[in-house]
Amino acid sequence: MNIIKNKKYFLGFSGIIVVLSIVMMAIFGFKTGIDFEGGTLWQIKGDIAAPQLQSFFENNLNVKNITVYPEPSSQSFLVRSNDISEAKHQEYLTALKSNFKNIEELRFESVGPTIGKELKTNAYEAIALVLLGISIYVAYAFRKVSFPVKSWKYGVITLITLFHDVIIPAGMLAILGKKFGIEMDTNFIVALLVVMGFSVHDTIVVFDRIRENLTLSRGKIDFDEVVDKSINQTMARSINTSLTLVLVLVALFVFGPVSLKYFILTILVGTIFGTYSSIFIASPLLTIWNKFSRV
Amino acid sequence: MNKQRIIFLLVIILVLAVIGGIFVAPKWLGAKYRPWRLGLDLVGGSHLVYEVDMSKVDSKDQDSVLSGLRDVIEKRINLFGVSEPRVTSAQQGDSHRLIVELAGIKDVSEAVKQIGLTPFLDFREVVQKPSQGSTSTILKDENVDFVPTQLNGRYVKNAQLDIDQTTGATQVAIQFSDEGGKIFEELTAKNVGKQLAIFLDNNLVSAPTVREKISGGKAVITGNFTLDDAKQMVQRFNAGALPAPINLISQQTIGASLGQDSLKKALYAGFIGTILIIIFLIFYYRKYGVFAAFALFIYIVLTAAIFKIFVVMSLAGIAGFVLSIGMAVDANILVFERVKEEMKKGLLEAQAIEEGFKRAWASIRDSNISTIITSIILYEFTSSFVKGFALTLLIGVLMSMFSAITITKTFLRAFVRK
Repeated sequence: MNIIKNKKYFLGFSGIIVVLSIVMMAIFGFKTGIDFEGGTLWQIKGDIAAPQLQSFFENNLNVKNITVYPEPSSQSFLVRSNDISEAKHQEYLTALKSNFKNIEELRFESVGPTIGKELKTNAYEAIALVLLGISIYVAYAFRKVSFPVKSWKYGVITLITLFHDVIIPAGMLAILGKKFGIEMDTNFIVALLVVMGFSVHDTIVVFDRIRENLTLSRGKIDFDEVVDKSINQTMARSINTSLTLVLVLVALFVFGPVSLKYFILTILVGTIFGTYSSIFIASPLLTIWNKFSRV
Repeated sequence: MNKQRIIFLLVIILVLAVIGGIFVAPKWLGAKYRPWRLGLDLVGGSHLVYEVDMSKVDSKDQDSVLSGLRDVIEKRINLFGVSEPRVTSAQQGDSHRLIVELAGIKDVSEAVKQIGLTPFLDFREVVQKPSQGSTSTILKDENVDFVPTQLNGRYVKNAQLDIDQTTGATQVAIQFSDEGGKIFEELTAKNVGKQLAIFLDNNLVSAPTVREKISGGKAVITGNFTLDDAKQMVQRFNAGALPAPINLISQQTIGASLGQDSLKKALYAGFIGTILIIIFLIFYYRKYGVFAAFALFIYIVLTAAIFKIFVVMSLAGIAGFVLSIGMAVDANILVFERVKEEMKKGLLEAQAIEEGFKRAWASIRDSNISTIITSIILYEFTSSFVKGFALTLLIGVLMSMFSAITITKTFLRAFVRK
């Protein structure tokens, strides 16, 4: 496949999706999860319908700021509200049990504002540390000088593709948040950090091969041609190593527990675009940069 | 490498796999002698975070207060027959935390309630504010200051119901521990002729006047409470009184049915994912794929054995493990692709295999480093979900680097003709 020649299509495709993702994030923003903001998430099962449950909370129990989402796969409801104290929790549960049949509490999570703040700080720290760790690793991986492209440029492009791979699932979450009330929580941040880890190594495999081929054929062949050859040599292994991961992720997404669904989806989308970017984005960017710096 | 050594290695791997398989199997011997330890998100249970109010505790006493709290709460939970209650303390900045994990408990809400009911008892000195002239027997906040003392519920050994001989009023008699008795003696000696206030859960219960120094560590709480109130108080004191007030700031409670459902679904998904990988490997890499599939199976068994020994498996932990299964074959794929290349260059199969393993090692190492970095950083995260996930992912990735190389290489060396 002649990837370098057709690079404008591949880059264009990614460009559109990245821009769309950023626009979605700007318009919709994120719904923050209870673990960052403080609040309560309550999963209840019983002979009741969502609107009925909502109005019972609002009118009979006098709870404001409450949202009830149906959770079809387990025939239960997710109740999201401000921080509910343990005393109130027990009071509401008793009221629900005496008013409706077969009420069962599946899950009750309540996070106070201090813990929320802490987890947020924690998340920022983790993001900063992972970015730092990966940058150091990238700098180390490309420490050897190579011709004709300076080795730090490989590093910069690796980081650009990393952002590409993270922005797209983030944009997806903004849409999911708007449509289904999916929230940005700790798990989502963790998923993005895992994607960062995966994204980098795919790109490094291709770049390593490019540099290997460059040293083998120093100065004799056109740079674009070497890059193209390298991509084609490594494409099968890039796709196959990701495919095995995609297989387990799809299995987890389809058959796995509901509470992991969006965590898995984020990693899945990130992995697919990460593979795409290591083949169709990273190397074309390298050839473009090479051309510009020569002019 | 000579044939004998290869066969020796092969036998060791197979024996390990069989032992591991028996060990991790959910039925039969392994389950009988050492069952899996499952987290509360899989068996149902509660993860509670309490903040300890240390504002009235001397910084040098904080450690002993925390350990006192742990003891009291553990004692309370044990009454509920929790299989393995875990009470740990943690410090986050200035805030002291007590983390209580109750797994496999039927009535979580009752346990949470009971912990919440653990009384906080403390004694405070009564100091008249200088501006107030007359000594009033009615204690009002604006008249006096209550100065906290060291003496609190931590030093209560036991309590019993008592009736005042003269008035017939219900009262609660407290017996302090030896240490508490001494503190009480000093405190009463210091306050002869003054009042000593007794607070329960930060509410003033009574403030008797100290007539003389009291030795022997006995105190009596009188107040306007009914017989039932007094009985309840005695019960709670005997179950343990808190050395410092605590406040529930976060909780996560998973119902047992949801936990079991999650466990079933996660295992099923892991099984399906593994089958899909094996189908792909055999379809794409044929003979090599079969070896890689066996190696993957052994990887799963051995890694599970490590988890069973060292880790309490949570839902997030299983997710990390399943992901690592998806990544474990990466090393094999890198090797096989390299072997293909070497064979294209004209090497014989056996040579190509040796060459492939040698050359692919750098990329196997590199491709795992970034995931290793990420999981180590994530392990430092406070959330237990993230910790569990990061730990299994890290162990899984490290194990896979070992298994893909050693196990697959041994298989190929043993079964590919020279």
